[in-house]
Amino acid sequence: MSNKYIGQAVKRLDARDKAMGRIRYTDDMCDKGALVIRVLHSTVANGIVKSIDTAEAEKVPGVVKVFTCFDLEEKHYYPTAGHPWSTDPAHQDIADRLIMTDRPLFYGDDIGAVVAENEVAASQALSILEKAVVYEELPFVLDAQEAMEEGAPLLHEKYPNNVLGHSEIHMGNVEEAIKEPGLTKVEGWYETQPVQHCHIENFICYAYGEGDRTVIVSSTQIPHIVRRVVGQATGMDWGKFRIIKPYVGGGFGNKQDVLYEPLTAWISMQLGGRLVKLDVPREETFICNRIRHAIKYHITSWMRPDGSFAARTFKAWCNNGAYSSHCHAIAAKGLNAFPQLYPCDNFDGETWTIYTNRSVAGAMRGYGMPQASYAFECHTEDCANAMGMDPMEFRRKNLMPVGYYHAFSKNELYSDSFNQCFDKGAEIIGYYDKVEKYKNQTGDIRRGIAVSTYWYNTAVYPIALETSSCRIVMNQDGSVQFQLGETEIGQGADTVAAQMIADTVGIPLNMVHPMSCQDTDITPFGTGVYASRGTYTLGFSIKQTSMLLKEKILEAAHQFTRMPVFNLDIVDGMIIRKTDGRELMTIGELALSKLYTTDGSQHLTAESTYQIKSNAYSFGCCFAEVEVDIPMCRVRLLNIVNVHDCGQVINPMLAEGQVHGGQSMGIGYALSEKLMWDAKTGRPLNNNLLDYKMSSFMDHPRLNAAFVENYEPTSAYGTKGLGEPPVCPVAPAIRNAIGQATGLYINELPLSPHTLFREFTDAGLINDSFAE
Amino acid sequence: MYDIKALYEAESVEHAVQLRQEHPEAQILAGGSDVLVQIREGRRAGCEFISIYMLDELRGISIDEEENIRIGSLTSFSHITKDPIIQKYINVLGEAVDMVGGPQIRAIGTIGGNTCNGVTSADSASTLMAWDAIIELTGANGVRRVPIQDFYIKAKVVDIKPDEIQTAILIPKKSYEKCFGHYIKYSMRNALDIATTGCSVNVVLSDDKKSFERVRVGYGVASPIPVRATTAEEFIKGKEITEENIKKFAETVLQDINPRDSWRAGRALRRHISVVMAERALKECIELAGGEING
Repeated sequence: MSNKYIGQAVKRLDARDKAMGRIRYTDDMCDKGALVIRVLHSTVANGIVKSIDTAEAEKVPGVVKVFTCFDLEEKHYYPTAGHPWSTDPAHQDIADRLIMTDRPLFYGDDIGAVVAENEVAASQALSILEKAVVYEELPFVLDAQEAMEEGAPLLHEKYPNNVLGHSEIHMGNVEEAIKEPGLTKVEGWYETQPVQHCHIENFICYAYGEGDRTVIVSSTQIPHIVRRVVGQATGMDWGKFRIIKPYVGGGFGNKQDVLYEPLTAWISMQLGGRLVKLDVPREETFICNRIRHAIKYHITSWMRPDGSFAARTFKAWCNNGAYSSHCHAIAAKGLNAFPQLYPCDNFDGETWTIYTNRSVAGAMRGYGMPQASYAFECHTEDCANAMGMDPMEFRRKNLMPVGYYHAFSKNELYSDSFNQCFDKGAEIIGYYDKVEKYKNQTGDIRRGIAVSTYWYNTAVYPIALETSSCRIVMNQDGSVQFQLGETEIGQGADTVAAQMIADTVGIPLNMVHPMSCQDTDITPFGTGVYASRGTYTLGFSIKQTSMLLKEKILEAAHQFTRMPVFNLDIVDGMIIRKTDGRELMTIGELALSKLYTTDGSQHLTAESTYQIKSNAYSFGCCFAEVEVDIPMCRVRLLNIVNVHDCGQVINPMLAEGQVHGGQSMGIGYALSEKLMWDAKTGRPLNNNLLDYKMSSFMDHPRLNAAFVENYEPTSAYGTKGLGEPPVCPVAPAIRNAIGQATGLYINELPLSPHTLFREFTDAGLINDSFAE
Repeated sequence: MYDIKALYEAESVEHAVQLRQEHPEAQILAGGSDVLVQIREGRRAGCEFISIYMLDELRGISIDEEENIRIGSLTSFSHITKDPIIQKYINVLGEAVDMVGGPQIRAIGTIGGNTCNGVTSADSASTLMAWDAIIELTGANGVRRVPIQDFYIKAKVVDIKPDEIQTAILIPKKSYEKCFGHYIKYSMRNALDIATTGCSVNVVLSDDKKSFERVRVGYGVASPIPVRATTAEEFIKGKEITEENIKKFAETVLQDINPRDSWRAGRALRRHISVVMAERALKECIELAGGEING
């Protein structure tokens, strides 16, 4: 195999159709006669639904049916996370959700639904229904640490003190280690805020009956998992559901949860299989889907005079909202990452995942690592400053060394990735000159530059199953279709998969066609895309399946060329004789001959599953240069450079796109985004795109992405995770740059004018004589 | 799909006035960039509307016989920004409305809608306030002119009689002559946002450019309706252009504004920013007018 397409910036295969508006998303596929579902949400943060009077709502012309939580005859509690199923009950996700509940646990919980002939009737009925609910209101708790206190409202009886999960790591002996003379202690609290994914296409799905089954078309990352969960939620056999996943307008982890597929399918079944559609409005997407966990950290480090770590402690409290979703996995990921990034012999770490009466937190690009990276890299900066060392040199000294091996994950650091990323980024942004130039500034407007880093696991092995399946079918002309369980959700999975197949089989890229829409009736089993796993995991099944197909092609070629298989190869769509390079026949001639031969006709196809039992460290860093306008309490990001080692880059253009997307998300996370709830009522305050300050194109400088390509030895094509990593180091880099500019190192997010005004005032940088 | 009870399409200004009388319950619909959002939110769901959007006679910018700048009420933000009369005499208005929403909103949104909506955050409002704009309304009894200060009654309520529509906004010659202005929009992002607070300042300098002949300053989101900081204006009138006077002017604006404390932004932050904006906008105006601080 030679790389003709791998490593090339080929255009996305769907680019033309997307630009021409020909791509069909879920809503485009739905028959316009579908009945419309709107969900009735709780308007209390914690309570009991005593009654819902549906009479008035049912009178609205166009309303077909009103369902309430009291119509749910069987209560099948189900989990929602898009985790691979575990056959071991101890490793299964917590099943704490109902299709509709009479025991709402957050403002926005699902307590009923309206089905109507059109959106206007549905929304009219909904506003009538909202006033027809009688609640018994209960006290609620929004803060994670308060939720753990004795006497706090308890959300789920099986989880005392609202602790959904707790884990610890202990290494060496911290208590003894800190007795070493001459240590410098640095301690800090770091706090991150809840944010939402804000994918362009809101969650949408529709369902209808077909035979004795229900078909669900859904904007999801995880069609095969959706089938399992809908089965659990309805108490029916999983095979009673067929899930179709069209093109998706962004998921970012929100669509790695099962959202409203169970409700929609259930309603369709109640209505004799009628076509029903649920298109979630943006306001509800913010609070009734999933959000990013807000996490609070306390980190302490003791350093020797040479800047090495003698001992460290770490505690984190992770606000999970009202239902389990991804359970303890996100908090645990951060804790597990901490002692690996900057290894230290003596370490005590502990983390809790806590239920609160807020919107449910789940997976979101980075899976806890943007939060953790913020805490880690704020603290690292604080440590470097306390030691009077250059922050980048301090990192180089303490980061995971080359050859580092982690026994549990079997991950190994094979190359000098951190230093290579630092060197490359520093050169691009001019770090050394600027860090000197920006020292000791005064005045109203100041500049700063800083770096931060991260590490990220590529996939979920060994914590959960890693499996990938692929099917490739050859046509009469030698072109192929392929199918994968890894879904295209805008990231470009189909294109990189096609590049791999083209190179491995030996045919031109324009002869390789993705069957982009997964259909659980047709597509081989796969768990979808999440964890930045797609390119890594699909690589295994693609390589294996492509080689199987190639073997079959060459066997067929033997029939028509009389040459032994070991002397044959496929190059650029041509069957060649390796011994002299002679072109014997085209792949098209071969495929046609094999299909239509009267002597052993066969359609050329290959299909296989590969279970992956490895994982890979993915690394990178972000450099940020900022200008802080102190009187205006504003930060302008002047320059941002991310450098990533994601192994072999399959498609530089798509890889760059991933980095840009992550940077953009990181910029909003750092400077402006924050979901808020009213402390008095538990009501969400800013669940719309105006009041929620997602950063815009106008808030970005030019986004710079660079790569260090150390071929990953465990990988089928040398690649490792890139989807989520780019967001991880952005916020701490910006925070540290603001620190360099102003001397103020602020330990919360976002670093919005509200935060900066308070901090600048407290520090005396702003001194309003007229303050009230 | 929008929950609209009825939509009446006006074919002329007279027809619009007639429709206003025939359908007293109906609300006026211009570009719709605010109204459609409010229908979707439920605030104006199920209402009747009189659309005046097809009335081309209400579009365009000209200098009238009294030498007023006359801006037709349906002129879109993007047309205002690109208009040569605006660019020559009151460029700050073009700059201010260029900060509304994004390109699509600026193509559909109208200056009449922006003012009739009656909200304090309207990007055109503080500048129109600061330039003593006159609102022209046309009703059954003909044309009525109202100073913009009187047009705004309270939050979301403006002085439009049941039979009227707004037909133009006028900037008198004595307002724009020799006058240079600057607007600062303070918002949480650089596009697609509503002002957390906003400040529009304009100056006429003395002939020797050593002192302030007239300074006017308007604020949005510093009170329930757009306001002028007249105490600060009075203070600086006739004063020399010095750093000290500018600073004093900026702090004096606090005597006339009363920003609210809300989860969107704290009062202390809004007061602080109001002062910083006043100082910076005034300095920008001085530069535009060719003056020099402490010169």
